[in-house]
Amino acid sequence: MSDKKTLLVAGNGMVGQHFLEAAVEAGLGERYDITVIGEEPRPAYDRVRLSEYFSGVGAEGLSLTTMEWFADNDITTCMGVKVDAIDRDGRRVTLSDGSVMHYDRLVLATGSYAFVPPIEGIDRPECFVYRTIEDLDAIIAAGGAARSGAVLGGGLLGLEAANALKNLGLDAHVIQFASTLMEVQLDGDGGRMLESKIGDLGVKVRTNSNTRAIVDGDDHRLRLEFADGGHLETDLVVVSTGIRPRDELCEACGLERGERGGFAVDDQCRTSDPAIYAIGECAAWNGRVFGLVAPGYEMARVAAGALADEPRTFAGADMSTKLKLLGVDVASIGDSLGRTAGAQTYAFTDGPAGIYRRIVVNAEGNRLLGAVLVGDTEPYSNWLQYCINDMPLPDQPEGLLISGVDGEAGGLSAGALPDTAQVCSCHNVSKGGICNAVDDGATTLGDLKACTKATTGCGGCTQLVTQILNMELESRGVAVDRSLCEHFPYTRQELYHLVRVEEHQTFESVLEKHGKGLGCDVCKPTVGSILASCWNAYVLGDDTAQLQDTNDYYLANMQKNGTYSVVPRVPGGEITPEKLIVLGEVAKKYDLYTKITGGQRIDLFGATVEQLPEIWRELIDAGFETGQAYGKSVRTVKSCVGSTWCRYGLLDSVGMSLRIENRYKGLRAPHKLKFAVSGCTRECAEAQSKDVGVIATENGWNLYVCGNGGMRPRHADLFATGLDNDALIQAIDRFLMFYIRTGDRLQRTSVWLENLEGGLDYLREVVLEDSLGIAAQLESEMRDVVDTYECEWKRTVEDPERLRRFRSFVNSDRTDPSLRFTRERGQRRPADADEQVVQSIPLVEVSA
Amino acid sequence: MSSEAVSRAVVADGVEWHEVCAVDDILAGTGVAALLGETQVALFRLRDDRVYAIGNHDPFSHAPVLSRGIVGDLGGRVVVASPLFKQHFRLEDGGCVEDEAVNVGSFPVDVVDGRVRVGVAAG
Repeated sequence: MSDKKTLLVAGNGMVGQHFLEAAVEAGLGERYDITVIGEEPRPAYDRVRLSEYFSGVGAEGLSLTTMEWFADNDITTCMGVKVDAIDRDGRRVTLSDGSVMHYDRLVLATGSYAFVPPIEGIDRPECFVYRTIEDLDAIIAAGGAARSGAVLGGGLLGLEAANALKNLGLDAHVIQFASTLMEVQLDGDGGRMLESKIGDLGVKVRTNSNTRAIVDGDDHRLRLEFADGGHLETDLVVVSTGIRPRDELCEACGLERGERGGFAVDDQCRTSDPAIYAIGECAAWNGRVFGLVAPGYEMARVAAGALADEPRTFAGADMSTKLKLLGVDVASIGDSLGRTAGAQTYAFTDGPAGIYRRIVVNAEGNRLLGAVLVGDTEPYSNWLQYCINDMPLPDQPEGLLISGVDGEAGGLSAGALPDTAQVCSCHNVSKGGICNAVDDGATTLGDLKACTKATTGCGGCTQLVTQILNMELESRGVAVDRSLCEHFPYTRQELYHLVRVEEHQTFESVLEKHGKGLGCDVCKPTVGSILASCWNAYVLGDDTAQLQDTNDYYLANMQKNGTYSVVPRVPGGEITPEKLIVLGEVAKKYDLYTKITGGQRIDLFGATVEQLPEIWRELIDAGFETGQAYGKSVRTVKSCVGSTWCRYGLLDSVGMSLRIENRYKGLRAPHKLKFAVSGCTRECAEAQSKDVGVIATENGWNLYVCGNGGMRPRHADLFATGLDNDALIQAIDRFLMFYIRTGDRLQRTSVWLENLEGGLDYLREVVLEDSLGIAAQLESEMRDVVDTYECEWKRTVEDPERLRRFRSFVNSDRTDPSLRFTRERGQRRPADADEQVVQSIPLVEVSA
Repeated sequence: MSSEAVSRAVVADGVEWHEVCAVDDILAGTGVAALLGETQVALFRLRDDRVYAIGNHDPFSHAPVLSRGIVGDLGGRVVVASPLFKQHFRLEDGGCVEDEAVNVGSFPVDVVDGRVRVGVAAG
């Protein structure tokens, strides 16, 4: 029997979980047996990133903890139940399964629920809220049979929900009661700018609309009837009209309530009963409920501190926020609407670029009270520092609007920040905290994340934290080792520049001038790839062949048993019946395993080294080219049938995918590159998961960049809209060449973008606005690569000297005698270890 | 160069010396595989014409592919990286850099008049 007291935590959302972590850190486990009660079937997950669930991030991907974590920290869990009643005198709670639990201290982290306004018909099965993973599963299930969806509510969550509907392939509508979107955070002009930008993305916004009833539709399942007599037909409705604190336990047990709901709490997050605390969206401090996660986290830390007798004070919270809504950057800082007495405002609108900025300053004009940013949030972290640290503004604050970051009147650098400046508001990390971590040995952003948690909340502070880190490292004279390997003290990008500027043509000359030793399997292929990108040299030349991984050396992909697969190019996935027959005949003749791959090509598996030239000679004679499936290079351009066949196709996606594939085939890059072209926003080619994705719209092509599949999938970002054919190609030329020039070794475009200082906005400036003045050069370098393309296999089969290398053994014409195959579903495949029986005949078949 | 595996040549001190190919049959900086009876050997020629031989069988992937790896040096030792899972094997003694318990075996090599000879234990 434990002599510890019992601490009960009701609620395992983000804030409840943060409380548990703070409690563990404060050593509360030594005084209390801790039990957490969670209503949802799973432990805490990241509700802020909820909409990523639609882009394929599963429940595990959003999860903030594991059941092991609870076990490791001796925390008892009761998932799938909730607290129904509190008996304060007896210090007992009754759970929804009827059981009763005693507590000495109770922490209420019950969060909030989605408010559903009393509209006739809103209880129909096609109407949903947007709060939990279960809600999302229900929306996904309903979305399958729907064409159109409407969101009631144009606030922050409503726009998230609209994006989710769009991601489900639905026509998305937003119905807003107020006159502009996000009226809590943005002023009228900012809201209108946002409306016009998301309108360009195909989301239809209807403001000043009061939904009166939801009835049966004619063309769609539902019809929304508005107070002004108008209507809209749609198939499903997501209600996002605000949240309400889940404080229903207040009344029955007599806990005090805030004016506008919520358990009333003091500066220690204690309710009117000193044994009960409340934190997060169910708590009302000074009558106010905070609907963001950062204040909730602060409350969690305050409550844990109070229980550990390490009192700290909750003093309200900064409600500044930076978001990407439907791909549009939006931020609001402090008193964004200028409600402070005497406040003055400055605003700036760049209509063509879709950028709106507004700052609110005090009466004296020397302090920043708040700000609104739409279309570009680059100045956010600097402005936030001005605001939360009460730092003096430059003499002419309006200069901030144009320059954003460092106006002529004197800017804000990381160095100007006081040590007490709160840099990461989600995890309450100050500049001083980061400096301390660096003193303790942190040298990378990863180290900082691990020891301070900075940047791991909303991520809005990443740029500033990186700045501070680099500055601190520099001031300590620490040079961060960015060497490629032990042979070259340079990054890939630096080597690229050396090769270009000094016009190195061989690995040996680069090594002699800038490296040491013999090289290795890291630097050799890297330099090989750079040489190929710069000069488009033949990869099997005498100097370059030794640099190639086996795939490039044999122009084929090595598979698990040492045989190779053959992948001819099928541009855009379009192939004639004659060529299909050739592929079949070749596969049959050499007994190759045949599979259609995700990239819309046909792979032929199981060829031995000496078979490769014969196979390719036959394929080339039939008009095929190498598909470069072996290289860190352009792979495929996936496409739908577009306007050629599809009744929905808006533009010729097949033609465009052929143009793109033929243009960039053979291009070598830091990592393999994939493309896709969709003929309409139904997105059958899945372009938004590719390095370069193109989607046809009524206004032209929309270009998406830096998506990928792989172990850490990333949705591509919308980069440019409404492009014509030539503008599209020009943008891709520049984008690709800029990536090839600056990407790190084996760095995917997604990771490259994440590490690019200034992010997507900077990339847009460089690629679309030519801010560095290098666009013409990038285009000309790409033109060189395009103009010097040759099929590597065609050149190789015509070169007897090269063909001599395609042998299994230097001293025998025999095929590798150790290869073992078996047959499965009518095709040949490598035999597994337990199937390897006979050791006599080459290419032997073992009966399965 | 014969189309059949070259037959054993000299036996000295318990070692069978097989003449395998000309040095120039191996592109400098790369490797080739040779078949000695049923034994597969991976032969490597460095840019300075040093030649090494180790076992061709990759113990991690169970495929005979080491001859097709990239040659280089790590910490001053000459190595080849397996083309499948990238473990490094020392060309001097066949030891695996990442797992000292693993060794693919090494073979003595001799270059006479531009011809490469590889020795295997007689028996």
